[in-house]
Amino acid sequence: MTDTILLSHGEGGKRTRDLVRTLFARRFDNPVLAPLFDSGLLGHLDGEIAFTTDSYVVTPPIFPGGNIGKLAVCGTMNDLSVCGARPVALSCSFILEEGFSVAQLETILDSMKDAATEGNIFIACGDTKVVEKGKGDGIFITTSGVGVVRDGWRPAPGAIRPGDRVVLTGTMGDHQAAVMIARNRLSISSPIVSDVAPLSAMLLGVLRKFKAQVRFMRDPTRGGVGVTLNEIAEASGARFVLDEGRLPVSQGVRGVCEILGFDPLYLANEGKAILIVDGSAGDGVVGHLRENPYGVNAAIIGEVAEGKSGVFMKTTVGGLRAVDYPVGDQLPRIC
Amino acid sequence: MPLRYIDEFRDPALARAVVARIEAAWDGPPVRVMEVCGTHTMAIARGGIRSLVSSRVALISGPGCPVCVTPDGYIDAAIALGRRDGVVLATFGDMVKVPGTASSLEKERGNGADVRIVYSPLDAVAIAVAEPGRDVVFLGVGFETTAPAIAGAILAARERGVANFSVLASVRTIPEAMAILASDPEIRIEGFLCPAHVSAIIGADAYRPLAETFRIPCVVAGFEPLDILLGLAMILAQKKTGRAAVENEYARVVTTSGNRKARDVIGRVFEKCDAAWRGIGVLPGSGLAIRAEYGAFDAAVKHDIAIPASGADTACRCGDVLKGKIAPDGCPLFGTACTPDAPVGPCMVSTEGTCAAHYKYGVQR
Repeated sequence: MTDTILLSHGEGGKRTRDLVRTLFARRFDNPVLAPLFDSGLLGHLDGEIAFTTDSYVVTPPIFPGGNIGKLAVCGTMNDLSVCGARPVALSCSFILEEGFSVAQLETILDSMKDAATEGNIFIACGDTKVVEKGKGDGIFITTSGVGVVRDGWRPAPGAIRPGDRVVLTGTMGDHQAAVMIARNRLSISSPIVSDVAPLSAMLLGVLRKFKAQVRFMRDPTRGGVGVTLNEIAEASGARFVLDEGRLPVSQGVRGVCEILGFDPLYLANEGKAILIVDGSAGDGVVGHLRENPYGVNAAIIGEVAEGKSGVFMKTTVGGLRAVDYPVGDQLPRIC
Repeated sequence: MPLRYIDEFRDPALARAVVARIEAAWDGPPVRVMEVCGTHTMAIARGGIRSLVSSRVALISGPGCPVCVTPDGYIDAAIALGRRDGVVLATFGDMVKVPGTASSLEKERGNGADVRIVYSPLDAVAIAVAEPGRDVVFLGVGFETTAPAIAGAILAARERGVANFSVLASVRTIPEAMAILASDPEIRIEGFLCPAHVSAIIGADAYRPLAETFRIPCVVAGFEPLDILLGLAMILAQKKTGRAAVENEYARVVTTSGNRKARDVIGRVFEKCDAAWRGIGVLPGSGLAIRAEYGAFDAAVKHDIAIPASGADTACRCGDVLKGKIAPDGCPLFGTACTPDAPVGPCMVSTEGTCAAHYKYGVQR
């Protein structure tokens, strides 16, 4: 292998074959991928099929706590899991920019393999393209995922009712804060690492135990908890009232947000889920989540109230305010 | 996991105690208090503070958001510069969405202008050093808070001989604007919650003429919820005893005379000038212009560009909002034709704008 990706790695000749075989197929080795057919043949799947896709374009591709590969596997798996599906198979499609470091690519692929192994999913098919220098941002990855719903659980935003609890599986904003610090090379020394993690085992465990008492789940990625709850409010007509004092945020993320003027409510997470659960199940669900390493900071952060739909917050000093969609990115401000 | 100097100032029990003090201090009609600074406006909305004190205090939001009071003619001038070959516009992030008369920096960037967001004016000097073939123009917008940093960047550029760096300055000073507002009988201000960061530079004594001339209590307060509540309690206590003095709640940061070093730097690079405030008009002596001896770093001089007078003619009532004459929902455009997504007026653009704060955190909507 060369040290960097060359245009010829994408031209379909020997270099392409070498790249696919030595870097990709060998790492992701499994019986579905191994024959390198034009499709991965998944066999018979028993249950309702869930299908999802997502593209990953993060800069820098390797950041504290993870990299774009881990993100691409976990993100798609988590999208399956929050719909109650057991992840089965992934596709992964790479767009590499000419000149991208092969060593970095290997790091990224190793993480993909580890995350897939942990999440008990196999990579069934893939594709690689190389674009000219300047036409890409190092590496883009698109993954699609297939999962199976076995126990008949379905997301039911319409079943959300006053008295339900809003549960968050851990601290907010770690992923975006970690990436932001890495991206802007801010001279802030911080222990913040991305929370990127596969949540399937934890979330499917909760569903097995609490079944329809869990009304709805979603991973608060882009836009964070603030946006995700607004989406759920829109879909369900519910009124969520959060308790500012119960929102879990790590000290590092809080510090960075205070300095830069960001609100952790709107920062992306890659290893967290919001669960709307029956009022009687709130404490039980939190207890169950806390037994999992990815849920140790799980907490009830609010509840569903009677009244006009939307997202609101009881502030620590006792006021009440709206939590709306943000517009555009949070930007560094003048003062 | 407490954060020192933050969690103490958000303590629920202490907040309840201060609210009780506010309620005990005054039983007349709500006192009209203007919070001058945009960060206060945002903190008040974010903390839901209006809902806690509305029986005693009518909070009026003032003109202290630098983005909001920057005339659209300035944005137009910046856009015109950005369209020139080889020019890099370096700006604080909240300027990019501000509408000029026909475009915004965000739209210009989409059309190929080189607009870069920086955290500090010195970052813009660094860009100029790294890219000697480009002409870097920093959009120097702000109050006394950013003025020292802008002046510092100009001094640094001169010292290092960075010839491809200049500043399009639009700097305003707060006390002059406060005096105009204090003298307006329509607004009827009964108390000023004075800015925190501006006061760190100019010092609490800067408000003494205001308090004395207009007989209005002036209290400098920090940005945390308890700072604001305590500041309001101090204003009401003055009101009750008929005093009108300058008091400083934010003594952990603000001194009576301010930051002399920062003021010296401002004085070296800038001189007083008349300045246009969007929606308010030209206020005598309320601006800072780059001194002629630093003309090589003054983008308006260097690039021979005039900042035209404002021209946009809409039903937008930002001027009345900035002066505290109407609340945001008193404007016919609020929440319908003018939203954070598609702002018409500057008060909706900045995250610290009064309209944006009401839109984002208002419970009534």
